[in-house]
Order: sequence, then C-alpha cells, then structure tokens
Amino acid sequence: MKAGLLQRVMFAVYIAIFFVYLLGPLGVMGVSAFNTPEYPQVWPIEGVTLDWFGKLLADQDMMYGLVTSLWIGLLVVALAVPVGLAGAIVMTQISQRVRSTYYLVVVSPVLTPGIIIGISTVVFWRELTLATGTRFLYDGIILTVIAQSSFISAYCMLIILARLQRFDRAQEEAALDLGASYPQVFRHILLPFLKPALFSAAVLAFLSSFENYNTTTFSILSDKTLTTVLAGRVRQGTTPAISALAVIIVAATLVGALIYEIVKRREDARTSARQRAAAAAEEEELTAEPAASPA
Amino acid sequence: MSGASGLLVVIGLPLLTAVALVAIGWSERRFGIVQGPGFFQRNGLAVGIYLVVAVGFWAFFVIVLPQLAMVDMSFRPKLPPAQMGGPKDVYTLENYRYFLFGSTTSTASWNWLHIKAFFLTIAVSIVITLLNFAICYPLAFHMAQSARPARLRVLLLLLIIPYWVNEILRAFAFRVLLSSGGVINKALMGIGLTDAPIDFLGNDVGLYMGLSYAYLLMMIFPLYNAIESLDKNQIEAARDLGAPWWHIHAFIVMPHAKPGIASGCTLVFMLCAGALAAPLVLGGPRTLWFTPIVYDRFYQAFNWPQGAAYAFILLVTCIVFVLTVLKMFRLSLGEITR
Repeated sequence: MKAGLLQRVMFAVYIAIFFVYLLGPLGVMGVSAFNTPEYPQVWPIEGVTLDWFGKLLADQDMMYGLVTSLWIGLLVVALAVPVGLAGAIVMTQISQRVRSTYYLVVVSPVLTPGIIIGISTVVFWRELTLATGTRFLYDGIILTVIAQSSFISAYCMLIILARLQRFDRAQEEAALDLGASYPQVFRHILLPFLKPALFSAAVLAFLSSFENYNTTTFSILSDKTLTTVLAGRVRQGTTPAISALAVIIVAATLVGALIYEIVKRREDARTSARQRAAAAAEEEELTAEPAASPA
Repeated sequence: MSGASGLLVVIGLPLLTAVALVAIGWSERRFGIVQGPGFFQRNGLAVGIYLVVAVGFWAFFVIVLPQLAMVDMSFRPKLPPAQMGGPKDVYTLENYRYFLFGSTTSTASWNWLHIKAFFLTIAVSIVITLLNFAICYPLAFHMAQSARPARLRVLLLLLIIPYWVNEILRAFAFRVLLSSGGVINKALMGIGLTDAPIDFLGNDVGLYMGLSYAYLLMMIFPLYNAIESLDKNQIEAARDLGAPWWHIHAFIVMPHAKPGIASGCTLVFMLCAGALAAPLVLGGPRTLWFTPIVYDRFYQAFNWPQGAAYAFILLVTCIVFVLTVLKMFRLSLGEITR
C-alpha cells in the first residue's frame, strides 16, 4: 500500500505543521521570558534570567489588575451559574409557543461581539442610574460583572441544559410520591444530579471572565483589570515581563488541566467499578432466582 | 432612553412580558393544551420566585434593555448632559450620516476611510473563517474518527492549553514572532532569502495571521464535537461501496457535521469582526479595522451616540451573517448553539 503510506506521511506532516503553528508562538514567547535583552528576543540567547518574573511581580498596576480580575471572576461565577441554572430550568418548563423566542433572547449574547455587549451595558446603566438616582451602582466592577454575565450565563445555561435533558422525570415523581415537597425535590434530587454540570459551568465561567478583554475594556470604566492593564502595556511597548506573564498563565493552565484529568480519571474508575459491582450483584440475584428472569 | 419615557420602557417591558406569559399560561390551561401542576405549584414558591427573578433580570436588564438603550442612543444627537431630554433631544440620523459621509450634515462626499475599513473587516473576517475551516477540518476529522483514545487525550490537551491563553497574549506572541527583529525575519535573513527585515506588522500580514491564530480553536471544537457523533459504520459502508475519499467527506461527513460547521463559522466570524485586542496589538497606524474605529468614537472623539451607531452597524452585520449562514445550511439557531 504505497498510496496509504504516502497519505499517512502527508497527514503526519500536516499535524506537525498545525501544532507548530498553534504552539510555536507560545513557545517563542516563553523563551523570550528567560532571555536577558530588554526587547523580547528569542535568538541569540544572551543569558538566562528570572528578572522578568521579578519585574512582573513588582508591577503595581498589574498586581492591582490581577486582584480585580480575580474578584470579578468570582462574582461572575456567583451570578452567572445561578442565572444559567434558572435559565435552563425555565427552558424545560416554558410554554412551547414562546420557547423559541426565549431561546433566541438568552442565546443571542453568545453570538454578539463582545464590544457591543460592553458598550450597550455601559450606555444602559449610565442612563438608568442617572434616572433613578442610584449613581453608586455605576461602578466599573459592578458593570463588568453584569456585562460578562450576559454571555457567560448563556454558556452556563447551555452546559446545564445538556445535562438537564438527560434528567429522568421519574426520579422527581418518585420523590414526590414518597412525600417530598417541591423545594426538597429541587434541593435533594435535581441539584445533586446537576452537580457535575454546575462544576464545569463554574470553571468555564471563571476562566471566560478572567481572560475577557473586549467586553471588559468598555464596562470597567476607569478601573482596571489584568487584561486591560496588559493591553495598555502591550500598546506602550513590549517587554519580556509580558512573556513572563504568559509563561505563568500557561503553566497554571497546564497544572489545572492535569488536575482535572486526574480527577476525571479517578471518577471514571470509580463509576466503572460501581457499575461492575452493580452488574455482579444483579447477576447474583438472577442466578439465585432463575424464575424471576423472563426468557 | 432618557428621563421618564426611558423609565417607562424599563419598567413596562418586563411587566408586559410577564402579563403576556401569565395570559398564555392561563389560556393553555383553560383550553386544555397543557395539564399538570402550574409553574409555582411545580417548583414551589421559593424556587419559583428565584427562577422568575433570575431569568427576568438576565433577559431584560442584562440582555434586551441594554441593546435597546444602545440602539436608542445611536439615533440621538450628541448633547451636553444639561440638554438631554430637552427640546434639542430629538431622533436623528446624523450619526449614521457621519458613517457614510464623514459629516453630520452634508452628503457631498463619502466617508471612504470608515466605509473601506468596514468592508475590509467583513471581507477579511470571511476569508479568515474559511481559512480556519480548511486548516481545522482534517484534524477535527482525525480526532473524531480515527485517533486512538490515548492519542486523543494528548491532542485535546495540546489544543486546550493555548485556548486559555489570553487573546492579548496570543496577539503579543505574534508580535514577538513577526516584528522586524523577530524570529521569522532573523531566520529569513539568516538563510539569505531577504536582505532587510520584512515589515509584516506594517502591511497587516501580522494582523491577519494573528486573527486566524487567535480563533483557530473556536473552529476546531465545534467541528470535533459534530464529527464525533457520526457513526463510523457509515464511513466504512461508503468506503466498501467504492466511494472516493472526497465523496465520503462531501456527502457523508460534512452533511452530518453541518451544525458544527455552521457554529464554528459563525463564532470565528463574529470574533474576528468584533476583535479588538488583535488590531490594537498587531495593527500599524495605517491599519484599517472597524472595531478600533468604534472604540475611538467613544474614547477619543468622546461621541457616544456616534459610537453607539457604529456598534449597531456592526451588530446588524453580525446578525445578517448568522442568518445567512443558517439559511445556507438550512439550520435553526438551536442546532448551532448546542
């Protein structure tokens, strides 16, 4: 199979080029974080240094922005996940006739460019707070949390909805028949079932918020987050301290991804063990009472 | 939307919708279309209130009303705060006139700079979308259909890591790579292809590459998800029946992956057309891109109504693009946002 071999080689080359394109720029930036010259330089390596990491930590604005970004991320999780959950539950209950309109409204932020979400949020809240005399609400952090939540809630809703569609209504009915109240069903049946989806939604919400720039740059007003400080620095000129920041982010992502992978594998192993145990128990029951199994 | 009339809309719209929803619910129950417990019966009072408040706040105060406020502002003149709501605060087309003619009053000459930037943005975004589809499709197909699980995990990890690196940093990486003292220019000069560094950033090559790079992964994950759900047996069957490889892709894989293709394309287009970080970092002073122009309306010209008009133009363009893609692929919105 000569043609097959050729095809394979070509495909391997394609994959290699793809990943060089994808990871190469990050690698290049990574190297420049450890090189001594003032301007991010990859070659020649004039000396290995960790100074740029120190410069990064000494950058007051950057650290201030980082703290703000972390706060905003947590607030967005606290707002977007419950809202996304409510959105998903309402989606399964709302009247058939208005469902498509409702869907259009709540999914539209996903397909709207970020800067438009930022602009419209600022315009609306500026006028609303002026008209109602609640000027203290016109604050960069509050507006950013609201603006980011518009599309991050939609992400959360889509994640939760995917799991909700596999929810077996019989579980709810069984609980109700056994005398549970509706809030109890919600608290003890639905929420535990949705837990994995809620967890994924929270992680995604935090990360989307943390790395967002387009929406934040408008809604943050005169305050600053890590991304807006970063954008300012990059526009002023480039220093290897920015590369150092990228190295830290990539490293954090790597660690996070590895932890997630390990947790996931453990969980998979536990589920499959449980399934095996359940299957074995069932088998035992069947062999004990052969009459119970209909041929 | 300023003053009393604005407040009326802010309070009235959610109220009207609530009344309409209750009426629909009542009529459906009345005519027996729906049976079973009502909304508050089914969820309990506390949970029911949480659902209504959360969704109501989100749908109206976070999504719909801000968009309306922006559209409303775009049709108003720029006025000092004292005159807002006064006799001069009337609806006008002057902001849109400015986009087309470069002046709020005369229509003598076209505003070529902005018009050109607008159409260039749209055209380049479409080209980048198609290019990213071409780059990502083979890998997505390989990952979804023929990669072994262990290898798939590695590939996915390699894809996810750059995905979470900030957009600005991704653009910055390209700047390090393509600047006149950057790696690529040094390599080109090193092997003697050029004598002087090529100005990649000045002639926008850097911007276009950076945009394509930044949104590569927005294409690959929807494609991968869509192709993964295709039954391998279908491809086997087609191969056994003697279909050439391009037949398999054109008539089996792609029709099946249609929702994923549409979703990837709309996402990449929307992100490109609305990109702000990449043009700021990679664009030169002569770069034509629409979003920085919108940005400057707000923070250099300090003309918010004009900025709102420009943003609305961009929004309408994106809506038209999404609708066109849906029409072309004969899909519904629900299928591409899965």
